Amino acid sequence: MHVHSPDEKLTPHHLVKAPTGIKGFDEITFGGLPAGRPTLVCGAAGCGKSLFAAEFLVRGIREFGENGVLITFEETPIDIVTNVDSLGFDIPALVNDGKLALDHVVVDRQQMDENGEYDLEGLFVRLAHAVESVGAKRVVLDTIETLFSGFSNQAILRAELRRLFDWLKNRGLTTVITGERGDGALTRQGLEEYVSDCVVLLDHRVVGQISTRRMRVVKYRGSAHSTNEFPFLIDSEGMSVLPITGASMDYDVSDKRIPSGIPALDEMLDGGYYEGSCILLTGSSGTGKSTLAAHLAEKTCVEGKRCLYFSFEESPKQIVRNMRSVGRDLQPHVDSGRLQIASSRPTAFGLEMHLVKMHKAIEQFAPDVVVVDPISNLNTAATSDESTQMLLRLVDILRAKGITTFLISLSHSGSAQETSGENLSSMVDTWLLVRDVENYGERNRVLYVLKSRGMQHSNQLREFLITKDGVNLVPAYLGSEGVLTGSARLAQQQRETVAAIVESDLQRMNRLKLEQKKRALDAQIEVLRAEHLAAQEELERLGSDQRARDKAVETDAAAMNLSRNRQ
Amino acid sequence: MNQLHEPSPPVAAAPQSEEGASSSSGGATPAGPWELLLFVAGQSPKSVMAYANLRKACDHYLPGRYNIELIDLTRAGQAALAKQYQVVAIPTLIRTQPDPQKRIIGSLSDLQRLVTDLELGSPLHTPPTPS
Repeated sequence: MHVHSPDEKLTPHHLVKAPTGIKGFDEITFGGLPAGRPTLVCGAAGCGKSLFAAEFLVRGIREFGENGVLITFEETPIDIVTNVDSLGFDIPALVNDGKLALDHVVVDRQQMDENGEYDLEGLFVRLAHAVESVGAKRVVLDTIETLFSGFSNQAILRAELRRLFDWLKNRGLTTVITGERGDGALTRQGLEEYVSDCVVLLDHRVVGQISTRRMRVVKYRGSAHSTNEFPFLIDSEGMSVLPITGASMDYDVSDKRIPSGIPALDEMLDGGYYEGSCILLTGSSGTGKSTLAAHLAEKTCVEGKRCLYFSFEESPKQIVRNMRSVGRDLQPHVDSGRLQIASSRPTAFGLEMHLVKMHKAIEQFAPDVVVVDPISNLNTAATSDESTQMLLRLVDILRAKGITTFLISLSHSGSAQETSGENLSSMVDTWLLVRDVENYGERNRVLYVLKSRGMQHSNQLREFLITKDGVNLVPAYLGSEGVLTGSARLAQQQRETVAAIVESDLQRMNRLKLEQKKRALDAQIEVLRAEHLAAQEELERLGSDQRARDKAVETDAAAMNLSRNRQ
Repeated sequence: MNQLHEPSPPVAAAPQSEEGASSSSGGATPAGPWELLLFVAGQSPKSVMAYANLRKACDHYLPGRYNIELIDLTRAGQAALAKQYQVVAIPTLIRTQPDPQKRIIGSLSDLQRLVTDLELGSPLHTPPTPS
């Protein structure tokens, strides 16, 4: 019995982690594998267990300065060297530098008789020797379960394995133990019983003839970890895990606008798209969606920024050729390295793999703008639900990086225009819609802004014209029969011009008439004024005659008076 | 038990008169000296027992015609031999001569079986009693 002495105290002990250097894995485990402890990596044949283990060792040496020991039970050292050589891991060089020790443990039951009791001390001795020879901190046992077929006494074997894991732990060796997946259990021999600290499950699933590798941290004692399944990829640079749901919402937003490449569209959007926002363009086939994207791509490159164009329909050369026909020459930008067109068939691999590949391409190219043309094609690689999820993750990742995303979605004719096949409306910031309008025996395109978060955008329909110089937007005419586009719009324009001419004629005549009338009135005014003057003069003349007469009378009367007085 | 700590004592071998004899003829005692490697780790009971049983059987069937090289893997410089001879279990007995190579693991407690597996002699021969 263990008795607590009074001065014995529990001290806080933090779990130290050993980074694996495997892209994405250290993020989903918040730092890597538990340092100084064994981790079980299990999965079915061909799921990438050995590669995970090898990469853990090689990156440990190259990136974290921790030497390693690789004990193989199945593959010979030559196999290992060959397998990881394609990933750029030079095992022989690491061995020659004294950084990596290899030991291939062969147990052949056919060549061996058992007689009496035994233990696996020989394995311990070999392991200890290998660890000491390079001063290892990391150990890989790949695949230790092979021992179960080499020895008949399972009780001894199990006891010895338990002892081995304790031994590794006591020496503080960060260990990866690989195990083959069993029926209904994580491993065939129940190794998870012995390795209780961390268990990683690798999976290789084929759904609808498309295979996807996935990884899940089943258990991580004493540490938080993402419990989701994560897709991973094995390519020429090793493994990469995509911590898709790990993306958080606390990204920076920008007030800056980026031009769409079409001035009239910028005007509709009050200055252009927001930098780092997500733009969705929906429309039925042949409505010029890719052309609109090409405008953005070209403009981005002209401004000296970088654009990554994912195409699921056309090859890079096809895109360049087709866009040249509408006056968008992308070739110089492809040549200068500003524009990268990545074409792949949607059914080439699973959806998750698409996401991982896109993520990788984005990491490498570091674009300012990403175009996905079209997202609807990804549905062929999965169910609609899955592709929506995948796109959500992609948008999250791009948003977090401040990359402007331009998604193109093909809406099927007949389905409601205001829904995208992928139910993406909630995650996009700007939603443009291109629609066909049929009238007067023509099919014309109109574009409008369905929504645009955080900007004053036009509520008007614009006619969307694709000319040999690219896209142009013209205000559409609203007539009594609805929106007028194409030749109907031109006819309307003509009618209006004629009407304007007629109108101006009428006005001119009216003016002339009024001027004449005014002149007539002026003449009348002149006549009246003359009459008025004449009357005035007459009046004055009459007045002065009277005064003269009065004066004469007065003079005559005085003379008479004078004459009478003299008589 | 001290013998475990001593370097493998070559048991006095009788001068050879015949050469090139094969061991495979069932039950026939081969003519050349037997070369036996016994891998042990320290003085564990299993190792001690295996050594004693092997000595007993050899003394009985191959008096003076065998060499047992006792390799203690816990000793300095011996660990690499475990890799070289693909030793995993302890104790491991390897017969390097005569051909073909034979490998037996365990404390060799079943002497009758040891005799059969190593083809030490006719099974009809009175076996030694286990120690």
